[in-house]
Amino acid sequence: MAEYSVFSLLRNAFSGNRDWKPAWRKPDPKPSYDVIVIGGGGHGLSTAYYLAKEHGITNVAVLEKGYLGSGNVGRNTTAVRSNYLLPENIHLYEHSMKMWENLSHDLNYNVMFSQRGVLNLAHTPAQLDDYARRGNAIIHSGADSVLMTPAEIEWLMPGIDASGSARFPIIGGLMQWRAGTARHDAVAWGYARGADRRGVDILENCEVTGFIKDGDRVVGVTTTRGEIRANKVAVAVAGSTGHVMNMAGIDKLPIESHVLQAFVSESLKPFLDTVVTFGMGHFYVGQSDKGGLIYGGDLDGYNSYAQRGNLPIVEEVNSEMLALFPSLARVRVLRSWGGVCDMSMDGSPIITTGPLPGMYLNCGWCYGGFKATPASGWCFAYTIAKDEPHPINAPFTLDRFHRGAIIDDKGQGSTPRLH
Amino acid sequence: MSPRRAVSGGRIDRLRTIRFTFDGHSYTGHAGDTLASALLANGVTLFGRSFKYHRPRGVLTAGVEEPNALVTVLSGAVREPNIPATMLEVYDGLIAESQNRFPSLEYDVGAINQLGGKLLGAGFYYKTFMGPVIGPLKGTRFWMFCEHFIRRAAGLGRAGTEREPSRYERMNAFCDVLVVGAGPAGLMAAKAAADKGVRVILADLDANPGGSANWSDETIDGMAAADWAAETVRELKARENVRMLPRTTVWGYYDNNTLAALERVADHKLAPAKGEPRHRQWTIRTGAVVLATGALERPLVFPGNDRPGVMLASAVERYVNQYGVLPGRKFAIFTNNDSAYRAALALKKAGGEIAAIVDLREKISPAAREIAGKVGGAHHTGHAVIDTEGGKQLTGIKVQRFDDRTGVLSDDPRNIPADCLLISGGWSPTIHLASQAGLNPVWSDELQAFLPPQATQNWVGAGGFNGGFTTAGALAEGHAAGLKAAGAPAAAIELPAVDDDGLDPKPAPVLEIKAKGKAFVDHQHDVTADDVRLAHQEGFVSVEHLKRYTTLGMATDQGKSSNVPGLAIMADALGKQIPEVGTTRFRPPFAPVSVGSLAAERYGDIRPDRLTPMHDWHLENGATMYGAGLWHRPMIYALPGETVEQAYVRETKTVREGVGLVDVSTLGKIAVQGPDAGEFLDRVYTNMFSTLAVGKARYGLMLREDGLVLDDGTTWRLGQHDFLMTTTTANAGKVMQHLEYLLDVVWPELKVQLTSVTDQWAGAAIAGPKSRDVLAACLTGTKADNETLPFMGIVRGEIDGAPVMICRLSFSGELAYEVYCGAGHGTHVWEALMKAGKPFGIVPYGLEALGTMRIEKGHVTGAEIDGRTTARDLHLDWMLSKKKPFVGSAMMDREGLVGEGRLQLVGIVPLNNRPVNGGAHIVEELYEDGPRDSIGHVTAMCYSPTLGKYIALALVKDGKSRRGTRAFVSDPLRKRFGPVEIVSHHFYDPEGNRMHG
Amino acid sequence: MLITCPYCGPRDVSEYSYQGDGNRTRPDPASTDQEAWNAYVYDRLNPRGEHHEIWQHSGGCRAHLKVTRNTLTHVISSVGFARDAGHRKSDGHRKTGAEA
Repeated sequence: MAEYSVFSLLRNAFSGNRDWKPAWRKPDPKPSYDVIVIGGGGHGLSTAYYLAKEHGITNVAVLEKGYLGSGNVGRNTTAVRSNYLLPENIHLYEHSMKMWENLSHDLNYNVMFSQRGVLNLAHTPAQLDDYARRGNAIIHSGADSVLMTPAEIEWLMPGIDASGSARFPIIGGLMQWRAGTARHDAVAWGYARGADRRGVDILENCEVTGFIKDGDRVVGVTTTRGEIRANKVAVAVAGSTGHVMNMAGIDKLPIESHVLQAFVSESLKPFLDTVVTFGMGHFYVGQSDKGGLIYGGDLDGYNSYAQRGNLPIVEEVNSEMLALFPSLARVRVLRSWGGVCDMSMDGSPIITTGPLPGMYLNCGWCYGGFKATPASGWCFAYTIAKDEPHPINAPFTLDRFHRGAIIDDKGQGSTPRLH
Repeated sequence: MSPRRAVSGGRIDRLRTIRFTFDGHSYTGHAGDTLASALLANGVTLFGRSFKYHRPRGVLTAGVEEPNALVTVLSGAVREPNIPATMLEVYDGLIAESQNRFPSLEYDVGAINQLGGKLLGAGFYYKTFMGPVIGPLKGTRFWMFCEHFIRRAAGLGRAGTEREPSRYERMNAFCDVLVVGAGPAGLMAAKAAADKGVRVILADLDANPGGSANWSDETIDGMAAADWAAETVRELKARENVRMLPRTTVWGYYDNNTLAALERVADHKLAPAKGEPRHRQWTIRTGAVVLATGALERPLVFPGNDRPGVMLASAVERYVNQYGVLPGRKFAIFTNNDSAYRAALALKKAGGEIAAIVDLREKISPAAREIAGKVGGAHHTGHAVIDTEGGKQLTGIKVQRFDDRTGVLSDDPRNIPADCLLISGGWSPTIHLASQAGLNPVWSDELQAFLPPQATQNWVGAGGFNGGFTTAGALAEGHAAGLKAAGAPAAAIELPAVDDDGLDPKPAPVLEIKAKGKAFVDHQHDVTADDVRLAHQEGFVSVEHLKRYTTLGMATDQGKSSNVPGLAIMADALGKQIPEVGTTRFRPPFAPVSVGSLAAERYGDIRPDRLTPMHDWHLENGATMYGAGLWHRPMIYALPGETVEQAYVRETKTVREGVGLVDVSTLGKIAVQGPDAGEFLDRVYTNMFSTLAVGKARYGLMLREDGLVLDDGTTWRLGQHDFLMTTTTANAGKVMQHLEYLLDVVWPELKVQLTSVTDQWAGAAIAGPKSRDVLAACLTGTKADNETLPFMGIVRGEIDGAPVMICRLSFSGELAYEVYCGAGHGTHVWEALMKAGKPFGIVPYGLEALGTMRIEKGHVTGAEIDGRTTARDLHLDWMLSKKKPFVGSAMMDREGLVGEGRLQLVGIVPLNNRPVNGGAHIVEELYEDGPRDSIGHVTAMCYSPTLGKYIALALVKDGKSRRGTRAFVSDPLRKRFGPVEIVSHHFYDPEGNRMHG
Repeated sequence: MLITCPYCGPRDVSEYSYQGDGNRTRPDPASTDQEAWNAYVYDRLNPRGEHHEIWQHSGGCRAHLKVTRNTLTHVISSVGFARDAGHRKSDGHRKTGAEA
């Protein structure tokens, strides 16, 4: 019987919940491992999980400087979707989507992935054409997408301003029904538990302070819990990539770290099952199972590692919410926070071998990291195990920028804050 | 007289009676009451239901930290959910209702969740609902099925769907000293700073400044504390350099001493006064901040501690002293510190009966012992409350001997009847704002509380905020803090005298009594002590994991009272000290902030409308408008009964055969002036401009630094040093920034000035074989003949008395002119052209006809210049000068930009002559089993009246080499599929004879 | 966050547009050194700590400023005009137009 099930819940309820085991061990570091994964966030943990599960590599350590899941996996707005424009991105995120659809079973951990849809609203004919191009691209790449009319949208979302008199009238929308939301922390915990059960050592409060090199080759790291050596060192530290790679002697990357704020409202009776985005700004909102509206918008727009933003974006994001839902003026913001996003030069991630021998790099996820968690770890594990990328992540190299093989879903060029 | 109102006392106006309703029942209160105090005065004890177990809940606190008594305020159809009854001032006509209950607060079917208690512990969701691995409920379906019901039960209050009728406002304020909190410390600080002549803002979240002075029974300066506060407030209000902000919650501390505050301007009235906003959002930029935010009392954790009737001791003290309400008849007190004895004293004075004081400490201060003797009732030191009795209302408590060093309970329990239990677990300084502008808070073992962190911005603390819990200390610290913040040297003054009651602020280090039963830590989210221990058992031991796994502190009260007790239980389970568990970082907002206030004036007015000078004319003449970014532009000018297609086809035909007029004022216009203007343009355009003759225009192409196309447009040389650049409507801002960056950062040595003149010029394009005749009929001061005004020539003249500048250029492919005039003359010139064109059958045409003609000509626009295409992709490589470097020239030939497989511009002709939609894809083959293998997409389509068929432009993989081949359009979104021929993008007059004619 | 524009004085961050890493040097326009161009267009210093960056006072005087700002604390330690900082090598441009 699976460790977590309705039966184990009942059994434990009767025994006073005394038999539950820790979700993951808290081991001491060993002197060396086959693979070290730096970063105990979603991507790092899923990488370790798939190294063990798919490639039988279990002598693995995940190094986390704080508590597990303290980075963006615990700070995002939980949307999961694969509604990208370019085939490279659709393939990556659709691979992820398919993994999400079975993730709770795979991990024996309910990550509460719920496919209640993500809707992008269009406000001008040109925008609707643009969305149609994307929707058709999604369908031609094997994922799902439908166009919705204003009437359908109004029916789906009570309170949305679908009137023609809105400043930016809604003239349609692109819906991906298989998209949805997941419980973000549960994803980190589920992967940690799964990796731990397969023998992976998860080392919390273990901050990397430097890289140990043999010539050019990376052979280990120094940490706040001592020196740890490994044949392969993988970096998956979204938000801290610049900082960590700097320690390895790589001072320049096609990445800027930006702060992205997110907001949650007080708990309300659920009325919004779908995540919806505003087309004439940068805004998205969904509602959690606890009833809080979870929403966000644009980056603050400057390099920051501070995990906090400033007022102009707070005001802008909330204004955009009311442009869509004028009835929510009396709803109240409960919490706001900031996450640090690795904004790449084309808005797409990097999953690659190198840039140094013995090193593997996974970064540049912009806003897209959470939804990619399963596929990112899966592809990265493949790349680490085989020393070459899987076809899905083969386009997402570091040298693609210099070669001009850029994957620019938004067409904004090398201005990271616009992606 | 209400059943629980004391005969006298309190700071309410007993002469003013307020009528309001709660859950449909009418009640009365007095001016100065909150909903909580008024309902308590009426004998109401049941206020709400908890989030998870739907347990009946009363009111726990008297302030902003209230977790239980949340209500929805109704005003017409507009709903305002989750408002703490403790913060809601009553007004005549107030309608409030309880939340999260069905069918009623008294009988709530959701209470059945309590039966699942042990099952529904922390982490319950993660361990089940995965559902079957195979079958119809595999994947996410089983979870989604269950979630459907979970969502129906979830949530607190219900949001409305009606638009808010009232207004929100934003205000910027600047001061030298912002004092947050108008208790004794804050008032002293404001006074001290104001005396130094600096600009002071004093903000307090209550209606009546005074803080604890309003509900303490002390005397300050020989008068009742509340009178002293009122007197001080009066004095401050009279100062020109002091601004008082009552009902204002300072909620965010941002960079550079920028603080955000919410003023609830009209929440205490039925409706805002005329011109008054409901809320005002303050952005306060200040030199220094005095944080005098006081402290919040913490509950104790023991079984049954959530029963209605259990209240914080300080809250009861406040209800008695400020509101004249006795929230029970027979009171018991349970405390780990001396401060609750003040509440006992207040109750006694107001005529309450004290049944017992249960103090879990063995040893207490003489002052406390003296009060216990004075107020009567049993005094059980070294005892603890281990349970409470009653249904939806407390009837008694169960008390047992307790050792405060070991936590061991002994002897037989005894029952004490009581209908109100005051609890106190000591105090936590309100350090939330400091946490937003400081390092980690500092744990004090003595006070069992986190003290303010080291500051990272310019603030200074005073009073309870610093962990000093005496009024005398607050006055002294407030004074010192005020001086410091004002930049004045410390100076001793004679402080107002306060009686020292000798009570000891140090609590015993015990916050939980371990006994059988549900003991609540987070009341709103129903997180129990056992949940915290389960989190520990499963390894969720860091403070963030504790919060996230149990949801402790995530409710609307943001854990203001539950944070430290939760940490204490975890620390106990770990066998560690509290700070080793971790400290919580508080993030904005300090208390929930209305979304409306953050939007302020942008509510209902998210973005400005950009209108061309001829906008009104378009509306008056039947234009259907649509949005293009912030602009409003005419789409078509339909005749009665015409469809969109009929209208644009008619307009297009008229232009091709006669003449038409279109508003092009939205094009970006940049004046590029100076001796190096030509050189500058050579560097930013791919083609040459320095060689352009004065009085001529040229089409130009701009690349980004990475070698992809940025924008295109014509640039006119008006003088040797004077160019007028036009950009596409969409990219006007982007191009301006691009040019300014290059000029200012990269080439500051160039003598060039850039000025955006988009809004200064009105533009109208007159197009069609008869356009020259129309011009000739109205143009004075110059001529429009081919010699005076050749293709790409520029002339200046007048039309109906207004100066104009005319360039002969063509987007439509016909003989055409762009007529520019000052924006103020726009409509005048437009009307003159329409009048002159009347004999020639002129029509105004909109963007649809404009688009149709550009598709026929194969001109590119935003759909093709989408940030991913190169000049070669668009067949514009003829514009790439080989004689000079330009922006993008070094990067445009990289392998990824020139190799095979690039999307290139082509024309598309549907072979079934049916329309194809923009955004449809192109495939080599249609597959039975679903669309795949896209080779490109349609960027624009129209019915071409000139060619008599539907045509489209598309970006297709290696499109150039596919000309003349067949393919299929594949548009699964709109279920349109069909054969097409791929052709050149030049559908119409490829040699350009018509426009040169 | 406030940035003190040398022309306009301290102004809110909302008046400014961020233009990124100010440590980059644009190669000589005639340069064919692809690596140098790649570095200019794509590679960024992204330090956790003091960072030199370009901001445009787009809601004010529209000057470009070179700002030294700590990316961890947002504290700004210096502001100057970007044009004084020297980010270019423009010799490769042929002089044309007015002064040709």
